[in-house]
Amino acid sequence: MDENYDVIILGTGLTECILSGLLSIEGKKVLHVDRNDYYGGASASLNLTQLYRHFRNGEAPPADLGRDRDYNVDLIPKFMMGNGELVKILTHTDVTRNLEFKQIAGSFVYRDGKIAKVPSTEMEAVRSPLMGIFEKRRAKKFFEYVQQYRQDDPKTHQGMDMATTLMRDVYAHFGLEPGTIDFIGHSLALHLEDSYLNRPALETFTRITLYMSSMARWGKSPYLYPLYGLGELPQGFSRLSAVYGGTYMLNKKVDEIICDENGKVTGVRSGDEIAKCTQVICDPSYAPNKVKKTARVIRAICFLKGPIPNTENADSFQVIIPQNQVGRKNDIYIAGVSSAHNVCGKDYHLAIVSTIVETDNPQTEIQPGLSLLGPIVEQFVEIADISEPTDDGTQDQIFVSKSFDATSHFETVCDDVKDLYKRVTGHELVLKQRKTQEEEQQEMAAAH
Amino acid sequence: MDTAAPQQGKLFQFKLVLLETQLPVGLLVLRFVKDQFDDYRESTIGAAFLTQTVSLDDETTVKFEIWDTAGQERYKSLAPMYYRNANCAVVVYDITQASSLDKAKSWVKELQRQADPNIVIALAGNKCDLSARRVIQTEEAQAYADEAGLLFYETSAKTSVNVEELFISIAERMPLDMLANRQRGANARGLDLNRPTESGCAC
Repeated sequence: MDENYDVIILGTGLTECILSGLLSIEGKKVLHVDRNDYYGGASASLNLTQLYRHFRNGEAPPADLGRDRDYNVDLIPKFMMGNGELVKILTHTDVTRNLEFKQIAGSFVYRDGKIAKVPSTEMEAVRSPLMGIFEKRRAKKFFEYVQQYRQDDPKTHQGMDMATTLMRDVYAHFGLEPGTIDFIGHSLALHLEDSYLNRPALETFTRITLYMSSMARWGKSPYLYPLYGLGELPQGFSRLSAVYGGTYMLNKKVDEIICDENGKVTGVRSGDEIAKCTQVICDPSYAPNKVKKTARVIRAICFLKGPIPNTENADSFQVIIPQNQVGRKNDIYIAGVSSAHNVCGKDYHLAIVSTIVETDNPQTEIQPGLSLLGPIVEQFVEIADISEPTDDGTQDQIFVSKSFDATSHFETVCDDVKDLYKRVTGHELVLKQRKTQEEEQQEMAAAH
Repeated sequence: MDTAAPQQGKLFQFKLVLLETQLPVGLLVLRFVKDQFDDYRESTIGAAFLTQTVSLDDETTVKFEIWDTAGQERYKSLAPMYYRNANCAVVVYDITQASSLDKAKSWVKELQRQADPNIVIALAGNKCDLSARRVIQTEEAQAYADEAGLLFYETSAKTSVNVEELFISIAERMPLDMLANRQRGANARGLDLNRPTESGCAC
């Protein structure tokens, strides 16, 4: 460990691993350390032994759950938007070659005590119980407007500028009902609460367009999921970093981030070993005095013995319970995957119910979600702080990432990656297409 | 694409993981893939894996995707992903280093714990060109390989002795008939994320 590095990265969460890969490709000498003996930090997928160590004090998992190695249980509930930034980063870095992906089978929304599918085809839209026939016509006009709208082309604006018009006023313009507004804002634009209504509409338009284009690209749902769990994503990027020379040390405690008299970082200490560097990137847990808590999120990881009721026996799904439906400020999300994704034993399903904590009794808050699951075999509950750095890191050159938030996808993670990248390197991230395996081989053969 | 692949007959593709206990890593694979023996580190920076094809007969071709550890084994930080879907493994030790066979044995244990139960494992005693400095006897390694059910060769990345033979015998050991059915049925690679975006809106 006692060596000089350009960058030392602490924590192997997805944010840190993507940055590690990008920086190694650029020729930076990277040391990547994690205190855990597994990859992924807060975005890891755990086997049964690790899961019971994490939640149950190392208690032995019940034998009827099956083999330890068949389990890759996600700690956070997120999917990849099929047309989102993470897919772009994965394809440009060719990390996709290490991974396999499956679609999430369906997206559902809770409405008036029932679960309804978010339509993924025109046929489903026509049949959907979510809107009445006249409301469907109004909604169609709204979606046509969103689809043709281009901020840089005033001809498409039809007299309204979405950079200044509030989303509330756009809904009013199209005469949409409260139920439809809930549906669009929460199930398609994936807002967690209603403050967006009083912000300019462009943000919501961008979100709706991302949802629609992701759905159009893959069908069924806008979401993709890596086989063997979300923990494969940080592992894939760590391998990218390693093949470009990055050094990995798991199961290594981090005792101190060392700074000089001017407050600039000079290295990292583990026991009596010191690795020197000019920059540190870390997740909030490695720099507790450089972050502030912005919210708390509760996540209940549930083992189920079959698909959840009313989801058409889907092997994977998202259910959104919009806040208005259950008298809350924040939506409740349920993310479900199953043995079809190589994350649990045969016939088992995994569901994570989550929301932002609003009261002193968070367990009660997720009850509307838990009650949709049917019988729960095992339940692991975690209440986690959502933190963000108190400064941008340019002074001390210690750059802290944000915690994984309550959104159901990785778009905000990618925003954080790009933002950190710019602060660390001083320039914008421009994704260059990395050579594919075939191109590499041909080049090597030609060079010989 | 690989020009060595025949136009007809069966092509089987396998993931092969390469576990070595001595630096510099990967010389054996480089000898096999490129028929080359030089500074491996320099020439493979940025290569996630190499591929090589062997022909078993006129009908049957086996293509190996060869994954090395990219140095992640050095501080016991190899990701579980490395072992995923690995069909075969080559565990390399150095006949001139007394401790390297024990390290190889611990890799075999790790493979038995982490990898597919049907994985085909080969043990390779490398540097057999340096017989004067030999400290691990052929008989000792052979006895271990027999007991653990491993293929066994003594190889030289430098002179290429037994390198091709090693990979061919792995190909021959693979249960091709069984795998042929599975590979046909399962369209195994999942979604292609490089697929272009379609225009249009589903709603």
